[in-house]
Amino acid sequence: MSANTDKPVTFQEKLEKNIFALALMVAFVVSIGGIVEIVPLFYLDNVLEDQARAADGSAKFPELAGVRPYTALELAGRDIYLREGCYTCHSQMIRPFRDEKERYGHFSLAVESKYDHPHQWGSKRTGPDLARVGGKYSDEWHVAHLMDPRALVPESVMPRYRWLEKATVDGVGIEKRVKAMRTLGVPYSDEDIAAAAAATEGKTEMEALVAYLQSLGTMIEFQPGRDYRE
Amino acid sequence: MSEALVEEKYNYGVVRWFTVAAVIYLVVGTLLGVIIAGQLAWPTLNFDIPYITFGRLRPLHTNAVIFAFGGCTLFASAYYIVQRTCSVRLWSDKLAWFTFWGWNLVIISAVITLPLGYTQGKEYAELEWPIDIMIAVVWVAFTLNFIMTIVRRKCSHIYVANWFFLAMMIMVTYVHVVNSLVIPVELFKSYSIFSGVHDAMIQWWWGHNAVGFFLTAGFLGIMYYFVPKQANRPIYSYRLSVLHFWALTFGYVWLGAHHLHYTALPDWTGTLGAAISIAMIIPSWGGAINGMMTLSGAWDRLRTDYVLRFLIMSLAFYAMSTFEGPVMSARVVNALSHYTDWGIGHVHSGALGWVVMVSAGAIYHMVEKLWGREIYSKSLINLHFWVHTIGIVIYICAMWVSGIMQGLMWRAYDEYGNLVYSFAESVGAMHPYYAMRAFGGLLVVIGAVIMLYNVIMTIVKSKEPAAETTAAAV
Repeated sequence: MSANTDKPVTFQEKLEKNIFALALMVAFVVSIGGIVEIVPLFYLDNVLEDQARAADGSAKFPELAGVRPYTALELAGRDIYLREGCYTCHSQMIRPFRDEKERYGHFSLAVESKYDHPHQWGSKRTGPDLARVGGKYSDEWHVAHLMDPRALVPESVMPRYRWLEKATVDGVGIEKRVKAMRTLGVPYSDEDIAAAAAATEGKTEMEALVAYLQSLGTMIEFQPGRDYRE
Repeated sequence: MSEALVEEKYNYGVVRWFTVAAVIYLVVGTLLGVIIAGQLAWPTLNFDIPYITFGRLRPLHTNAVIFAFGGCTLFASAYYIVQRTCSVRLWSDKLAWFTFWGWNLVIISAVITLPLGYTQGKEYAELEWPIDIMIAVVWVAFTLNFIMTIVRRKCSHIYVANWFFLAMMIMVTYVHVVNSLVIPVELFKSYSIFSGVHDAMIQWWWGHNAVGFFLTAGFLGIMYYFVPKQANRPIYSYRLSVLHFWALTFGYVWLGAHHLHYTALPDWTGTLGAAISIAMIIPSWGGAINGMMTLSGAWDRLRTDYVLRFLIMSLAFYAMSTFEGPVMSARVVNALSHYTDWGIGHVHSGALGWVVMVSAGAIYHMVEKLWGREIYSKSLINLHFWVHTIGIVIYICAMWVSGIMQGLMWRAYDEYGNLVYSFAESVGAMHPYYAMRAFGGLLVVIGAVIMLYNVIMTIVKSKEPAAETTAAAV
């Protein structure tokens, strides 16, 4: 770098001699990508499909209004889903491919997880996608499967979740969780909150988890021939 | 400079503790990996015990290897490098020890809470909010101590290794704080303030920058110091370092979106992420070439210097996985590779090939300096190198085969247009590869145990009064 001595000092060289300038420059450079990719998602009106409007200003896809907050029992089940780390092996995000449509159903819409704090899209399918598992099997099947997956699916590598049948849900705790969800903007009514404890108290964790699984992907009645995403 | 003077000039105490902790956590973290790899091959290994099922141990494995092993390695090497390159003692010894105990408290909290099922349910960010706050406090203390040490440096230029550490500290602060924003419900239960598509994007902005800054920029700081030091030659190209640094800090931030191709995230976001991902081959390979070419003219050293072998092999894996990553981020490849074991293989070629190998090189180098004694056994370093390398190759190959096979089985159609395989059949077909992966992982654990033994024996031997000069230093 001896060649640099008679040249004017470059911007890079200034940064290399001033730690605060370097830190500020780095802080600026690393913020650009996140701002460009994330911030628009909060205000663009084509991120959530239920924002789409018809010519007369009404909702373009009225069936998307079917997406509702989880019931107290479903929410309790969802927390068990999180606790057991189900997302480490199961995705909840169907991609718009022919084979995924046949295997799992209509591709997932953003609006379907708008009340999911946090999202459970997942990144790995050691087991199948669960985004539309609701209604596919009976409650009895789910219980038997969670108790002993290999009794029903010999190739399965899923653990057995026997303790779910004995543990029970704490109703008061669930009421607090429903309230927290409302603070986050999930539209629970006062009645929902008042009824949360009674609806869940004493239910087994198995019942709660099955209720959650049975709700997945059932909230929208998809209409044939509609392009929900461009 | 005599060792007593070095001891007075630099704070080596905290570096020593972080170094030993890193090696111990490497054994623990990789052992957890082998256990969960075994559970996927032989599910009875879950033993019907809630605390050790795959779903709870997997987050513990990722947290242990990334934050316990990776974190301690970064603390040790950043404290070591910043003192050596600035020729000045750490700004605050107290703050340095605070980060040591604080970080280990975080790790112990993770070991307790994750098996109990306390989790935020966000991949690579599972730890609950009180622990997240601890992480943030320790991290800011680390950053402050690092910057203030540089302020007091004895030379005019800030060395390139320190730029990379600085970028890591700043970006990790951003992503950790934003991604961890939650509403607490109980002491160990909270809900992310983001939901659905927004949460997914922020989660992968965090996820890929944990890779890009914690596991790449930080470890590139290690590379930029220890490769020239061990080779005893200056870094190949200063200009390439500058290009590598700014292109990497600007570019890595964008990549998270490539984890969400074909999802409910708007296409433009994923496409932006993929475009920048592919462009990232340039700085990544520039950096790898910069490191490797430092050895230009001294390649014969690889025959005798096992530490250098680790460092150079790590760069080979760095180059390989930073080529594989952009390929997988292209939509057409991603359609096949996403959701499969290919992703797991890719992560491990980066983590075991790049991160662990560059760390091993740095730690073997540092141990000799920190305890003022030659390593206990050079041939054990060589043995570690080979056991580790063979382990990785087995692991990655198993995951390539299983990943591509899964992807192809899921989309296979017969002549009538029906799906050929049920999902369960694709699971069954994975068994031999899962067993093979567990074996490859076991070799990595054995390598880590060899390393731990070698480091402990070096420390033990350094306490023996064999060399009269070292006695005073200890």
